[in-house]
Amino acid sequence: MSPIILLLLALALGLAGWLAARARAWSFQRSSANGRIASRPTYHAWYVALWIVIPVTLFITVWGILSPQLVTQSVLATPAASELPAFGFKRQAILSDARAVATGAAQGVFNPEARAFIGPYRDAISYYGTIGLVVTLVIAFLAGAFAFLRLKPDFAARNRVEKIVMAVLLLASLVAILTTLGIIVSLVFETVRFFGMVNPIDFLFGTQWGPDPMSSPDSPDPSRYGAIPLFWGTIYIGAIIAMIVAIPLGLMSAIYLTQYARPSWRRWLKPMLEILAGVPTVVYGYFAALTVAPAIRDVALSAGISNASSESALAAGLVMGVMIIPFVSSMADDSIAAVPSAMRDGSLAMGATTSETIRKVLVPAALPGIVAGVMLAISRAIGETMIVVMAAGAAANLTANPLEAMTTVTFQIVAMLTGEGSFDHPATLSAFALGFVLFLVTLALNFFALRVVKRFREAYE
Amino acid sequence: MSARNVSVFYGDKKALDDVSIDIPTEYVTAFIGPSGCGKSTFLRTLNRMNDTIPSARVEGKIELDGEDIYRSRMDVVQLRARVGMVFQKPNPFPKSIYDNIAYGPKIHGTADGKDELDAIVEKSLKRAGLWNEVKDRLNDSGTALSGGQQQRLCIARAIAVDPEVILMDEPCSALDPIATAKIEELIGDLNGRYAIVIVTHSMQQAARVSQRTAFFHLGKMVEYGRTSDIFTNPLEKRTQDYITGRYG
Repeated sequence: MSPIILLLLALALGLAGWLAARARAWSFQRSSANGRIASRPTYHAWYVALWIVIPVTLFITVWGILSPQLVTQSVLATPAASELPAFGFKRQAILSDARAVATGAAQGVFNPEARAFIGPYRDAISYYGTIGLVVTLVIAFLAGAFAFLRLKPDFAARNRVEKIVMAVLLLASLVAILTTLGIIVSLVFETVRFFGMVNPIDFLFGTQWGPDPMSSPDSPDPSRYGAIPLFWGTIYIGAIIAMIVAIPLGLMSAIYLTQYARPSWRRWLKPMLEILAGVPTVVYGYFAALTVAPAIRDVALSAGISNASSESALAAGLVMGVMIIPFVSSMADDSIAAVPSAMRDGSLAMGATTSETIRKVLVPAALPGIVAGVMLAISRAIGETMIVVMAAGAAANLTANPLEAMTTVTFQIVAMLTGEGSFDHPATLSAFALGFVLFLVTLALNFFALRVVKRFREAYE
Repeated sequence: MSARNVSVFYGDKKALDDVSIDIPTEYVTAFIGPSGCGKSTFLRTLNRMNDTIPSARVEGKIELDGEDIYRSRMDVVQLRARVGMVFQKPNPFPKSIYDNIAYGPKIHGTADGKDELDAIVEKSLKRAGLWNEVKDRLNDSGTALSGGQQQRLCIARAIAVDPEVILMDEPCSALDPIATAKIEELIGDLNGRYAIVIVTHSMQQAARVSQRTAFFHLGKMVEYGRTSDIFTNPLEKRTQDYITGRYG
């Protein structure tokens, strides 16, 4: 009995409970003196239906995790299991072979030994399937009966249903928070393992990066784990080159859109600018690698720079800057538009020109919002992966020359995790330490940006 | 200032119909009338603040010292330096008190050096009757002042560019009675130095501060004359009805 079928069954039972409860509530309504009951019949119906569906769904979830293990255990308890190899791939292969045939997912077996287990698997699966079905029905019946028996003419079903709905909404909002916590915990765990092998000082302040996944994992060479070139590459591409592009362009487009553009233009331009934010970063990556980077190399070559490479920090940074423009411009746009029009009128009435008004009144008043937008944009840029993977190169250079290849934290995370090294090798684990540093930096930036935005919101309201 | 046959349209809607008026420079002139009668619209045509509303269109002729302010060669920036404005809601810039006053002189380049700018700031604040209250905290934000102080700051800001005319659009409607009394007193002090035009909802206020009053109704100027005549002996029945509280 697969979980999907059990789930459909639960929904069917819930529907039955719903109908029964509504009929019951109707009968209350008919027999009450003034035709009124405490809650409307639909709420009685939902109360019973939720009481059936929620416990049953919980059980099915747990059972879906638990029952395969119970099945395997009971198969291993059969006499044939004594002939299995004790551990390792072979044993796993035989068991999963037999399971596949037993559930009908495969026609034949690869390992002839598996044939002996098909029968026991079939038996165990049908045995536990029956148990699952029976328990589902029992839970549905008990919970439904419990809820149904509580129905009375003066039963406050609506309040209960609303409480349940609220709890469900709370759970939904907790999912994102718990996921964040889970990410932090797993990152911290692996990072601690890494720092057990490589000294954090060497990692954070070393200037040579080049972990060798093939070296002996027991004695990593600390001089190859210096992450400074990566941090520099990340900041240089994401926070310097990209921002040199994005801040002026974003700010100017926001000023044009809020102050100069005719409404009909604004209606077109603003959404078009925001589409930029929706372009997948891979597409920007193509653009950077295939169009911008070669163009930059050609220009550099014709300017007499002979060693210009076809992958450069400049190409990645420029394209990333363009990608970030909508973030800067839409935050700047919002905060300029949020400056009360009385400020603008006041300045214009003093005889200031529109541009004086923008420079001396509107932008200073909107500055906190603009700064917050820039910080969000930076945190977005330094976390960006695809563009740098495709256009910035892989060499960990510690240089200020934008025409050279550079690498970033995100690039190295990808490189280390997809390399050939085994999972407990420090080279692989370094990806987690890098990720953790990146996470902390972007978290700090976002936190700071949100605080600035909040203060700014309070200033005018 | 004088206006001849001025009409204002917002899109297709006519907000002001054929207004002609001579505003004397030596008096305070009050515009009164019920909401939506066009008095604020007319006020905003006098320094072309209606230009900031894309759909607004002005017909007719308005002259300042004999020059048509709507002629194509008129520089709006110069006009607004000569015809200042104070708004309904105090709108100091989110800058220091000093910078609020220094804003106009700086953009118009009227002050030579820091000393002269300091002098303008002090003079403007003194004329606006705010100097004694803020002289020790000129670097505090203008938005931290009370509502009445903010409005006097806005008046000081307007004075700082030394205009000929100051337009006031219901300058007391967001203020409490004590702050209102101070502003009215200030208008009395400024009278004579600047031509002042004030739009007000309060007939008592018009009677207290102005020497000339114009009554607007439904986009037309109904009657214009000495304040004492308008309030005691109006020529038009509509004026009398409004003043005696029959509508509005």
